[in-house]
Amino acid sequence: MAITVNVNDTLHTVDVPGDTPLLWVLRDELGLTGTKFGCGVAQCGACTIHVNGDATRSCVLPVSGVVGKRVHTIESVSRDNSHPVQRAWIAEQVPQCGYCQSDQIMAAIAFLREQPHPTDKQIGDVMTNICRCGTYDRIRSAIRRAAADR
Amino acid sequence: MLAVTTSRSEFIGLAGSFCAGLMLEFSMPARAAAPGGVFAPNVWLKIAADETVTIMVAKTEMGQGVIMGMPTIVADELDAAPAHMRTEFAPPDPRYIDKELQDQVTGGSTAVHSSWLPLRRAGATARAMLVAAAAAEWDVPPSSCTTRESVVYHVASGRRATYGNLAAAASRLPVPADVALKRAADFRLIGRARQRTDIPPKVNGSAIFGIDVRIPGMKYAAIARSPVFGGRVKSYDARRALAVPGVDRVVRISNGIAVVGNNTWAAFKGKSAVSVVWDEGANAKLSSEKLFAEAEFYARHHTHEHVAVTRGKPETATGDVIEAVYRGPFLAHATMEPMNTTVDVRKDRCEVWSPTQVQRRAQAAAAAVTGLDPERCVIHTTFAGGGFGRRLEVDFVQEAVEISKAIGAPVKVTWTREDDIQGDFYRPMSVNVIRGVVKGDAVTALSHQVVSPSWFRRWAPSLIKNGVDDLDLLGVLDAPYDVPNVRISYIDHEHGIPVGSWRAPDANWNAFVTESFMDELAHLAGADPLTFRLAQMQKHPRAAHVLQLAAERAGWGTPLPRGVGRGLATTFWAGSYAGMVAEVSIENGSPRVHRVVAAVDCGVNVNPDISSSRRKARRISAFRPP
Repeated sequence: MAITVNVNDTLHTVDVPGDTPLLWVLRDELGLTGTKFGCGVAQCGACTIHVNGDATRSCVLPVSGVVGKRVHTIESVSRDNSHPVQRAWIAEQVPQCGYCQSDQIMAAIAFLREQPHPTDKQIGDVMTNICRCGTYDRIRSAIRRAAADR
Repeated sequence: MLAVTTSRSEFIGLAGSFCAGLMLEFSMPARAAAPGGVFAPNVWLKIAADETVTIMVAKTEMGQGVIMGMPTIVADELDAAPAHMRTEFAPPDPRYIDKELQDQVTGGSTAVHSSWLPLRRAGATARAMLVAAAAAEWDVPPSSCTTRESVVYHVASGRRATYGNLAAAASRLPVPADVALKRAADFRLIGRARQRTDIPPKVNGSAIFGIDVRIPGMKYAAIARSPVFGGRVKSYDARRALAVPGVDRVVRISNGIAVVGNNTWAAFKGKSAVSVVWDEGANAKLSSEKLFAEAEFYARHHTHEHVAVTRGKPETATGDVIEAVYRGPFLAHATMEPMNTTVDVRKDRCEVWSPTQVQRRAQAAAAAVTGLDPERCVIHTTFAGGGFGRRLEVDFVQEAVEISKAIGAPVKVTWTREDDIQGDFYRPMSVNVIRGVVKGDAVTALSHQVVSPSWFRRWAPSLIKNGVDDLDLLGVLDAPYDVPNVRISYIDHEHGIPVGSWRAPDANWNAFVTESFMDELAHLAGADPLTFRLAQMQKHPRAAHVLQLAAERAGWGTPLPRGVGRGLATTFWAGSYAGMVAEVSIENGSPRVHRVVAAVDCGVNVNPDISSSRRKARRISAFRPP
């Protein structure tokens, strides 16, 4: 079944069943592998992307549900790491294994749009994506730095 | 807050004890020539005419920072300019065998200390040859030349030559058998915080983990595996799976039924749809409760027991006695990136892309399945989204090779999270039975029985001596306490559950037991847990030092808010000592950790920023449910 989706400001037509999770359309059909698979049940956050600007977990989101909406992935943030959140992530040397960091950054960008100057408590309440290396301290520092940078 | 102690003089002694076996030369070609004027004096580095210094990283990058640590050690002795440095993950090659682990393995927290001397010698050898090439050219003694940032200088005459310009000449020189290493005071890169080179691709989605590999014509597969450990396929019906849109093949392989499709989702759906009748085998009726009861029975009756250490007469020591039984559960590794491997089997060659921790074992597995010579099986190591010991196994490589061979096409196999948790090689369950005797502030006797399956038996059966797997006793045998009467014994509790190496294997659990029991003993003695421990630690100054330092920085003994308590512990692992103090309260029946102060003595700290990041993160891993 042909479905047209707007991903990173480009229209793509893919031939998959409408109930295929967006995650697998992004990764396997469009080759956008920066968005990761972690749990498949929207618990870990590895598959976080933006739908109309909102942080959304794509592993349980049917591709048919984003028709007519704007999807953005980590690949759209900037290739040269010039986005303030990417710069903060580098300055604070956040990633270790790095597997969850695309999703942490996507969650942080959407969060900072809503809450440009968050408190530590707000950061803790909203940033619920799992990091198995345990980089939470540095994620918090990077969000504080990105907020201060604006 | 973090209290860290590193002492170079202490490290030298440590390096000697750990690395004595590594002084042996690793094999080197007689000449350092490589194609195209590239200078490659050994398997660790190449210098090209364009100044690029390529350093081979023979360890898998899974978050721990080897992609920085290993090259830093080479580059410091080489005096290479960091801006010219590139890294590549090393292919399987016997010359990359880690002398300590006796294979090409990333594990056991050994990368820095087992590579320390070989990498320094590799860098120093290359530097000596570049200097020799320049000195010959200028007709001056090599000892009158200096190096800095990829340039050889002869200060007296004002001459200079870059490493790139000297590469061709250096490659024609014989490789010296012995070279001088830098004094620690002369290190320029080691011990300095530098930004990780793998972070830029990890913040824009371009870093390639195993699961991200894409090759032309690639299919996607998922595998239905037995719900019981060791179970086998009796029969299966593929019709429902083949009816799933996007599924095109269902093939039987050695460990289950593989469903192959056009994308991962089709494969996952097909896997759920395939109906399999399993022969559940001998483990059909196993349960954790049964295994714990069995382990405690063995301990009580000393069944299959082998004594590892006996000193004095623990059974006749007098004083206050306390006994405790600790039950440690099986634990899955649960790496953030689920198991996966991509394979392309051709008639005369097999290519594997995998986040493996064991390149040579992966190669051997590919060779065994395909029947090809190992040299025809190419292993590409990708970034790994966590490892923790799970990727020391090659089950997820072997099955992918089987599928590619069966379907005659390249394939990526991805595990679901459920597959990952159900199909692990778990941290072994363990039952520890301890009896301690206290007189005054002294522990006069300790008897400790460890009942746990040996995960190491599969790897190196010859290292199990007199029925004792010393690895299973890490955190017990090397606990930093002097007790006059001791009995430590081991019962290898064999059962059908797959077990493996899990994050500081064995020590992670045994240290918890040892330290918890020290608190019980201190409580029995009516003593302060810090003073009580220090009284038994007189022969272990480094362990005592980190514990005291952590306690001091944590304000041990100072008042705390109502309902909050402090606890402390110390442990030793892979050459490093750690002491920690935690402030904890109970909220709604669960412990809440408010603050942790850690002191770590790891000897030389190759990149202080990475070790600081890892220390903090490990404390979080310990306390925050993943």
